[in-house]
Amino acid sequence: MKLAEWTERQTGETRRAVYSFAFIDEGAKREIRRKTLKAVAIPGYQVPFGSREMPVARGWGTGGIQLTLSLIGPDDILKIIDQGSDDSVNAVNIRKFVRSVTDVETTTETAAATLIQTRHRIPEEPMRDGQILVFQVPIPEPLRDVEPSEAETRRMHAEADYSRMWLHLYEDIVKYKEITIGSRYPLMVNDRHLMDPSPIPRWDCPKLHQSETLYLFGAGREKRIYAIPPWTEVEPLGFEDHPFRVENFEGKTCRFCGADNAFLDEMKDEETGETVYSCSDTAYCLKVLNEKGADS
Amino acid sequence: MYVAVKGGREAIENAAKAFRHQQVRNGSDPLHLEQIRDQLSLAVDRVMGEGGMYDPDYGALALKQCAGDVLEASFMLRAFCTTQPRLGYSLPTSTSEMRVIRRISAAFKDIPGGQVLGPTSDYLLRLLNFELMKEEDPEYQQTLGRLLEELPEADPLPVSFPKVVDLLREEGLLAMPETDGVAPPLVDITRESLSFPAPRSAALQAMARAETGGLLALAYSSMRGYGMIHPTVGELRVGYLPVHVVNPYTGEKECIGEAKVTEAEIISETRDDSGDLPRFSLGYGLCLGHNETKAISMAVLDRSTQAEEPQAPSEDQEFVLLHTEGIESMGFCNHFKLPHYVTFQSALDRLRTSREKLQS
Repeated sequence: MKLAEWTERQTGETRRAVYSFAFIDEGAKREIRRKTLKAVAIPGYQVPFGSREMPVARGWGTGGIQLTLSLIGPDDILKIIDQGSDDSVNAVNIRKFVRSVTDVETTTETAAATLIQTRHRIPEEPMRDGQILVFQVPIPEPLRDVEPSEAETRRMHAEADYSRMWLHLYEDIVKYKEITIGSRYPLMVNDRHLMDPSPIPRWDCPKLHQSETLYLFGAGREKRIYAIPPWTEVEPLGFEDHPFRVENFEGKTCRFCGADNAFLDEMKDEETGETVYSCSDTAYCLKVLNEKGADS
Repeated sequence: MYVAVKGGREAIENAAKAFRHQQVRNGSDPLHLEQIRDQLSLAVDRVMGEGGMYDPDYGALALKQCAGDVLEASFMLRAFCTTQPRLGYSLPTSTSEMRVIRRISAAFKDIPGGQVLGPTSDYLLRLLNFELMKEEDPEYQQTLGRLLEELPEADPLPVSFPKVVDLLREEGLLAMPETDGVAPPLVDITRESLSFPAPRSAALQAMARAETGGLLALAYSSMRGYGMIHPTVGELRVGYLPVHVVNPYTGEKECIGEAKVTEAEIISETRDDSGDLPRFSLGYGLCLGHNETKAISMAVLDRSTQAEEPQAPSEDQEFVLLHTEGIESMGFCNHFKLPHYVTFQSALDRLRTSREKLQS
């Protein structure tokens, strides 16, 4: 739908007339866009912003929603996923909200979307130039587990003092012979800022490195925006003799599409009691299935 | 089933219907907003205070819609505020201009203007009043009517009252904030995120919107001993504060209405190491609506967070401000209900690998 058509609708007696296009008032949108530009200019740096209250609870994606609403235009095609799935309850809820205040087209196909909002996953299908991936971020501070004070972690970033995180990883290896951080793995961005990639699995971290796509991160409750612009150096922390490694799904395949190159969800089969696996990215799973169907 | 399967939308819609059904299934009369606004006014006040928006009708509406969940109702007011443009700021108003309905001091037996108990349930015995169960009974209504007729006539209260703490100020017994005579610019925490150490204007705004229970818990920890505050309520007042703005056309100062607020000033002992004579210091609390627990807790925490070297949680400004924010803490607490399969899968992978390595 074109913006002109939208403004004309506003004169009608629709429920939407109460709220402006994309819900947030224009002044707030402009502020969020300015802060986003700053974030893009300083990759991995957390830019404070005047996070607004959304009609969705704090901690349920309000940072991502504010980014989405400040960026979206009437011609965008939107995809929203949670845990890799388009049909997860929270994704459904946010999609319904954004649609009700913008009327934009939505899709489940990664390649068809111009704007994707995600919680905890990066789509398996490679994203390209011209697309934006918006992450919902619960805890933007990668140092939070080693330092609870915000004033102190701001100082540590300013001085690029990341020794406590390195020590934390080292102690893990000594105690457990393994780094225990599962998701939210700390990444060094542009050789300068340590960054929390939101609780994506380690599986997704390499997709952030030298990517074609713009990645934006929004933390509503903690009031921070940060970004990884295209073609940025992104390196997970690791030691020469204990390198970064992703989740191991060796010998496991999706029980629906047979994929052996995707992040898998593990579950117990109710009837047989066996452990079975399926793609966490449901749109990818469907795509592989369709392609297979076309082949046979 | 709420997992990532098709049909999420239908499940959500049916869940919303079930929630609504719970409210109406027994066929009781629907609540009128006026009933909530007038008869549950303290709940409405709390919602307006924590929501940071003064509108008793919308406060009542939010409470009705949320089936009485105060946190959710406050959240709804805040979300509504987001959709409204910020037209301007009111002018600073001295609370000595307050149209007082209640003011007490625990510091002095007699205060200029007198102690005014006003509307309070402080001295009622907390016995369930079973007569309220038959309040609609005409006979009971008549009894109530007679009771109100028997009330003695009272002189109208003066328009304003002097501030109790000013007495101490005049005597030089109260530490004055260090200033260079220029008022620092006010921070608007709804437009800028908090940074630490937060200026006092930001800290007081944050606490004025904070959750009553959160403020109370931390203030109580200080009162009990995890901290150094031994508060005396210098003055507690409840009343209506005029709201002044500058008329954008004429440039004149105009009163556009009034808002009910609760204000607490607590006096605490100060240990002064500077070699000067010892003085008292002040903690300040003010919130929208009638909520004395909140105003006193806020005043205690305002004082305790002025500690230079925090020794207890209640003295750490960042700790107090970030963890008493009700709408954010409630949202984050409840978000753990959302699916976390991916992160859990990651954690499983780490745990299994670590166990294998330790066993080999």
